[in-house]
Amino acid sequence: MRVLSLHMILALLCLLVMAGLSLFIGVADLDLGAVLRGDGGDDALILLVSRIPRTVAIILTGVSMAISGLIFQMLTRNKFVEPSTTGTAESAGLGLLIAVFFFPAAPLLAKMALAAGCAIAGTLLFLRILDRLPPHEPLLVPLVGLMLGGVIGAVATFFAYQADLLQYLGIWTTGEFSGVLRGRYEILWLTGALALAGYLYADQFSILGIGRDAAITLGLNFRAVMWLGLLIVSVTTALVVVTVGAIPFLGLIVPNIVSRIMGDNLRAAVPWAASLGAGLLLFCDIIGRVIRQPYEIPIGTIFGVLGSAVFLYLLLGRKSHAV
Amino acid sequence: MIEICNVSHEIQGAKILSGIDLRLPKGGITALIGPNGAGKSTLLSLIARLEKLQGGTIRVDGADVSQTATAELARKLSILRQDTQVAARLTVADLVGFGRYPHHKGRPGPEDHAQVEQALATMALTGLRDRFLDALSGGQRQRAFVAMVLAQDTDYVLLDEPLNNLDMKHAREMMQQLRRAAHELGKSFVVVIHDINFAAAYADHIVALKDGAVQAQGRPDEIVTRASLREIFDLDIEVETVAGHPFALHQITPSSHR
Repeated sequence: MRVLSLHMILALLCLLVMAGLSLFIGVADLDLGAVLRGDGGDDALILLVSRIPRTVAIILTGVSMAISGLIFQMLTRNKFVEPSTTGTAESAGLGLLIAVFFFPAAPLLAKMALAAGCAIAGTLLFLRILDRLPPHEPLLVPLVGLMLGGVIGAVATFFAYQADLLQYLGIWTTGEFSGVLRGRYEILWLTGALALAGYLYADQFSILGIGRDAAITLGLNFRAVMWLGLLIVSVTTALVVVTVGAIPFLGLIVPNIVSRIMGDNLRAAVPWAASLGAGLLLFCDIIGRVIRQPYEIPIGTIFGVLGSAVFLYLLLGRKSHAV
Repeated sequence: MIEICNVSHEIQGAKILSGIDLRLPKGGITALIGPNGAGKSTLLSLIARLEKLQGGTIRVDGADVSQTATAELARKLSILRQDTQVAARLTVADLVGFGRYPHHKGRPGPEDHAQVEQALATMALTGLRDRFLDALSGGQRQRAFVAMVLAQDTDYVLLDEPLNNLDMKHAREMMQQLRRAAHELGKSFVVVIHDINFAAAYADHIVALKDGAVQAQGRPDEIVTRASLREIFDLDIEVETVAGHPFALHQITPSSHR
């Protein structure tokens, strides 16, 4: 096997620098020397309770959403698909709403499970619709997915309005890391495990991306791999929605950029998608924190602006590339 | 040997195959010919378990395709269908490399790399190995897919119109490579071929399908005759003998000839 390439080492260094920046940017100024000497007092507390969890959460979210997007695009063989263009994120939000309304006393893990179940159901519905779309109209897929997401989102909004839970819905649909504190984000480590599973099955997902016939000929259990991918994508989305809120376009633009440069052999593409996803998210979060200090702009907003610009670029530049 | 017993198939109520009984010999090239809609592609898909069998049984070297584990069949039999459009951005080497997946399950060894290199060389793709599939011409992409199937290194290889998109040079080379693999390595190819003269020149055995049934089968010189082609294609075709092979002049009606 090839060892880490020079490019990959550089990328990881960049990531490390940004993670370092992320730790030391904020309303409160940290004195690293004092923290290390052990007499940091409040500084150490801020670092441990807020800054480190926040940075870790951003990296986990970036890595897992990018890999989810990559896998989702292989499953559907469509480059414009990601959890926020298929109704997956909206379904997770609706599931969470149902959990909060009907089972307010349930532990977070149970609420999350309901959200994940709804995300899976929503994604299955999307895949069923996908089967009925003409195969040679790739742009129809995200359009229909966005519509489905709109319908599910509208149901959730109506329900939230009636139940006076609109504020919650707002939190789940807009990704935000300022609320990440120690003890309130650890569930995100699960997304890391799912991302790792995605990497372990990278070959299978790549083969699925060639097509159903190729997958069967090469001896894959087509349905099993499809389900595995579906689970990874849906549960990751639900976990992210529950803890930090949806980050639209992350799973879309990162895999597309990586695909343009590296191609879709996931064995090679997954590490790049992971580092680019984490890097972009860290970058956007830092921007959001710096732009109008001492206030923050939610990362979902920053990434939404950046993401839609790149999405448009990818759509318009489609002619020169067989997306 | 591929044994096909009493296989029937319907798609949305339309009969595609009815009561097919066939034995395809091991080793050599079997050409499947017949008019459009005769059921050739469906038959290949059924042998390769891409479609579920509705009636009858198919066995490959004794293994029932509807009972045998798909991962096990993947080391016995491979198929290439007509549609080689791929949404994923893969390089030629990536694609051919995936042909080895049934053998290495994600951990390629030296043997796998050697097979990939050989398949690339056989299909004259070594210089294109790092090109993305979407940057290839239709014929080059076709060759890349055939190389993937060859890298899979199965005893049985089913090819649905492998000469699609190929120019004369590559079409001839492809058939010569298949014949070499069949006769030197003992591989068995079942190939859907539209150009009857390629079938006549390269196949060891020809099976003609018509309206979902076996119309005729035998050696090329038995099938490629004016009488039998008229039965199969409902077309009057003059057949000459060129260099020891029957040669069908199917482009022109016999009366305008000479």
